[in-house]
Amino acid sequence: MKNTKPYAITLDVGGSLLNKTGSWRTDRPVYLDRLPPCNSTCPAGENIQQWLYHAESGEYKKAWLEIMKNNPFPAVMGRVCYHSCESACNRTQLDEPVGINSVERFLGDQAINNQWKVKPGKSSGKKVMIVGAGMAGLSCAYHLRLAGHDVTIFESSPKPGGMVRYGIPKYRMPREKLNAEIHRIEEMGVKIELNTKVFNIAATKEKYGFDAAFLSIGAQNGQYIEIKSDQSLPSLVGVDVLQGIEEDKPSDLHGQVIVYGGGNTAIDVARSAIRMGTQGVKVVVRNSRDKMPAHLDEINEAVQEGVEIVALRSIVEISDGHLVLEKMVTVEGGKSQPTGEFETIPASVVVQALGQNVDPGLFADVDQLELDDGVLDVDFHMMSGIEGVFAGGDMVPSDRNVTIAIGHGKKAARSIDQWLKGEFQQMDEKHEVVDISMMNTWYYSDAPRTIRPILDVVRRQSGFAEVVGDLDEDSAAFEARRCMSCGNCFECDNCYGVCPDNAVIKLGNGKRFEFKYDYCKGCGMCVEECPCGAIKMEPEEI
Amino acid sequence: MAHQQVKFYQTGTLTVGNRLLDEDNRTVQATMDRSNSLDSGHRACQGCGEALGARYAIDAAMRATDNQLIAANATGCLEVFTTPYPESAWRIPWIHSLFGNAAAVATGIAAALKVKGKKEVRVIAQGGDGGTTDIGFGCLSGMFERNDDVLYICYDNQGYMNTGVQRSSATPGGARTATTMPVGPQPGADFDKGKNVPSIAMAHNIPYVATASVDRLHDLEAKVKKAMSMHGARYIQVFVPCPLGWGSQPAKTVNLARLAIESGIYPLFEAEHGEITSVTKIRNLVQVDEYLKHQRRFAHVMKNPEQLSAIQATADRNIQKYGLLGGQE
Ligand SMILES: Cc1cc2nc3c(=O)[nH]c(=O)nc-3n(C[C@H](O)[C@H](O)[C@H](O)COP(=O)(O)OP(=O)(O)OC[C@H]3O[C@@H](n4cnc5c(N)ncnc54)[C@H](O)[C@@H]3O)c2cc1C
Ligand SMILES: Cc1ncc(C[n+]2csc(CCOP(=O)(O)OP(=O)(O)O)c2C)c(N)n1
Ligand code: SF4
Ligand code: SF4
Ligand SMILES: [Mg+2]
Repeated sequence: MKNTKPYAITLDVGGSLLNKTGSWRTDRPVYLDRLPPCNSTCPAGENIQQWLYHAESGEYKKAWLEIMKNNPFPAVMGRVCYHSCESACNRTQLDEPVGINSVERFLGDQAINNQWKVKPGKSSGKKVMIVGAGMAGLSCAYHLRLAGHDVTIFESSPKPGGMVRYGIPKYRMPREKLNAEIHRIEEMGVKIELNTKVFNIAATKEKYGFDAAFLSIGAQNGQYIEIKSDQSLPSLVGVDVLQGIEEDKPSDLHGQVIVYGGGNTAIDVARSAIRMGTQGVKVVVRNSRDKMPAHLDEINEAVQEGVEIVALRSIVEISDGHLVLEKMVTVEGGKSQPTGEFETIPASVVVQALGQNVDPGLFADVDQLELDDGVLDVDFHMMSGIEGVFAGGDMVPSDRNVTIAIGHGKKAARSIDQWLKGEFQQMDEKHEVVDISMMNTWYYSDAPRTIRPILDVVRRQSGFAEVVGDLDEDSAAFEARRCMSCGNCFECDNCYGVCPDNAVIKLGNGKRFEFKYDYCKGCGMCVEECPCGAIKMEPEEI
Repeated sequence: MAHQQVKFYQTGTLTVGNRLLDEDNRTVQATMDRSNSLDSGHRACQGCGEALGARYAIDAAMRATDNQLIAANATGCLEVFTTPYPESAWRIPWIHSLFGNAAAVATGIAAALKVKGKKEVRVIAQGGDGGTTDIGFGCLSGMFERNDDVLYICYDNQGYMNTGVQRSSATPGGARTATTMPVGPQPGADFDKGKNVPSIAMAHNIPYVATASVDRLHDLEAKVKKAMSMHGARYIQVFVPCPLGWGSQPAKTVNLARLAIESGIYPLFEAEHGEITSVTKIRNLVQVDEYLKHQRRFAHVMKNPEQLSAIQATADRNIQKYGLLGGQE
């Protein structure tokens, strides 16, 4: 048909959606989850950013459940974890790190107070034995129960908990919290055979028909060095002293207490001695004070309580109720060397807190299990030299702390689960760690860190009450909200808002966003304005 | 959800949305059912501040009027990139006026609606800075003077962008445009020329005048909403960076708008009947070079201490005059 209408009117009126401006693009924005530095450093592999996200909106149970995916001990963590997450926290570069540890403690305590529980997985019919009910063993047991395996732990002590119970004093780790979190694991069906020392792994495994084993006997034997002595002073071992206190045994700590060693055990012994009403407590260390391996916070708290640190001294002799100390100097490389100069100090008792060793007894007659440099080697899957026998915690080569032990327990449980099913799985590749330069921190409100209340020094000097207090709910929520959600969308709607081309679709609460690539011109504004760095530009294939 | 006394909301109202805020404290842009009055498929450059500012403002006006809105649009980028006949990206009743008469056309629409008794339908006129501060200025002043029931929104990208970046009376001193090249003893646009139209609007004693920015969405929406709650002549001037005309990265548009506020070079305020009623405080003060250095139109200024200090002096004057420091959101 001949068109008689004037030119312009021959075109149909239409919306701009006919014009696919996406074809202009040379780079495309894509959403991604980057790995926040806190998560990346957590030895137990917690998804910290994610549980803080739930805590921010007051969904504490959800937050707690998120922790429980990786770590069954939030209340213990919130007290004794050395929180490497906070040292890595990106917020440090704005003001101060997020108080992750204090929020974790709040959540852990909420769970205990409200008796929140976790259900075990569907029964697999497989049986696993664990040797040692420390944090590594308990964590492994918990994760194995989540996977539905039947678990029995053999524990030589009268109570479970390992070093956390028999080492870490009550003023740092109240026992009712520890008991509650262990009890919750038992309620999931984990059997703990107390006062049952394992002497022969293979025999025990065979006797009860276990399909796999996890060893987590820790490093429980206190190191003891021979010091020339006329026996005029009692000479004790740090971990034994702490164990004695836990078991309410009569204590030899009296008068002038000298603790020898600069680690956490030494500080815990010294602070316990203060609480037991001794006359004075000195911690003698070979190194300079800043080289002490103990955590700075704890050294500081000890000093507040009256502990005296005597740095750059080694004990060379015990004689006539006195200690002969040799002065040391720091030489190049940070090591300390003797000087040949001596001094004498009075003392009533000496406690050696020089580290702990793995008990070699369990491996005496087992060819495939040999301690190498005092620890048992395991492979990438935490499996020892014997098929189906795994190990973790203080007894394997690694730094030694509670969180690492818990992480080992988890990793071993996952390996055991896979091994029981026939083959090890490939690990998922880790996401790229998000650096603060990938973020737009202008958007975060200024907010200094909340300080946890600290017990008065006088009360600390006279008893074992917990030193570091709780955050109340408001402060915990405040602290959680300081989290910047590094690398993970927290639904601030910025991308959805700032797109000049209306090319971002909001999918609804909790569902995040999607790009309309038909219209996105690739200007990159969303990437620039995303506070947390959860979008990146990728070159378009042209 | 547990009861919360916490008065800290992570990003507060700085982000477009914030799941921790009450629904009514969130922006229109954060909602899933925003009207997207200016839809996808328009032909603005990558990262166009004007396209963004217009959607922000008109969506807010749509929400405020329950979608009973008509807009008259002056010639300029906003008109050209949205509506190459017979296509249009506008999803509101919209009319293209001429370059210089958007205010008069809007006044006419408002008069017609009044005659028809359609009280609920509201009218907006909008255009670029050229169409507003130069060629459309006579019509605009008339609209103010008669207190016609129109909200006029000027999208200020500081030049005639649609025709290839010529100087307007809103172009800042020192800026390079096609007609103010960086040559001779006084490179770029002259200093101490141009108009401050928000001040001129205030001098008309109209009910409401405000400046706004694509960087402050909560603020921009609140201003549009307030304007729509009033009658008579109202004027809002929105700062909208133009990547093409300014020689800036498309991704930097909102960031530049932010630096303009944070340096004091573009003060945000509200005025009613000629009196200033509120100002937006600077959050993190920056020197003007932080703002200028991302823009090729100021490249020569960065090497010219005299011009640089002249621009810094302008910012400092603003900070003084409007009281931009101290206390923040
Ligand atoms: C004083 C002190 C303070 C510390 N403070 C902190 C701290 O604040 N934060 C931190 O992160 N870390 C701290 N640590 C380190 C931390 O306690 C350990 O790294 C962690 O508890 C190790 O856990 P594990 O499960 O590997 O071993 P353990 O906790 O040692 O558990 C091993 C368990 O195995 C049992 N067992 C051993 N042999 C057998 C056997 N043959 N049969 C049956 N059972 C057996 C033991 O009785 C014990 O219960 C501290 C350590 C000490 C000594
Ligand atoms: C009477 C008249 N003169 C000149 C023009 C050409 N013209 C169209 S848009 C424009 C510049 C628009 O500048 P501005 O109003 O600032 O809007 P922008 O494009 O910068 O958004 C000019 C000069 C015209 N359309 N009509
Ligand atoms: S700000 Fe939050 S997500 Fe980022 S490192 Fe700190 S705790 Fe982790
Ligand atoms: S020239 Fe400037 S105002 Fe015009 S569409 Fe491009 S960016 Fe927007
Ligand atoms: Mg313009």
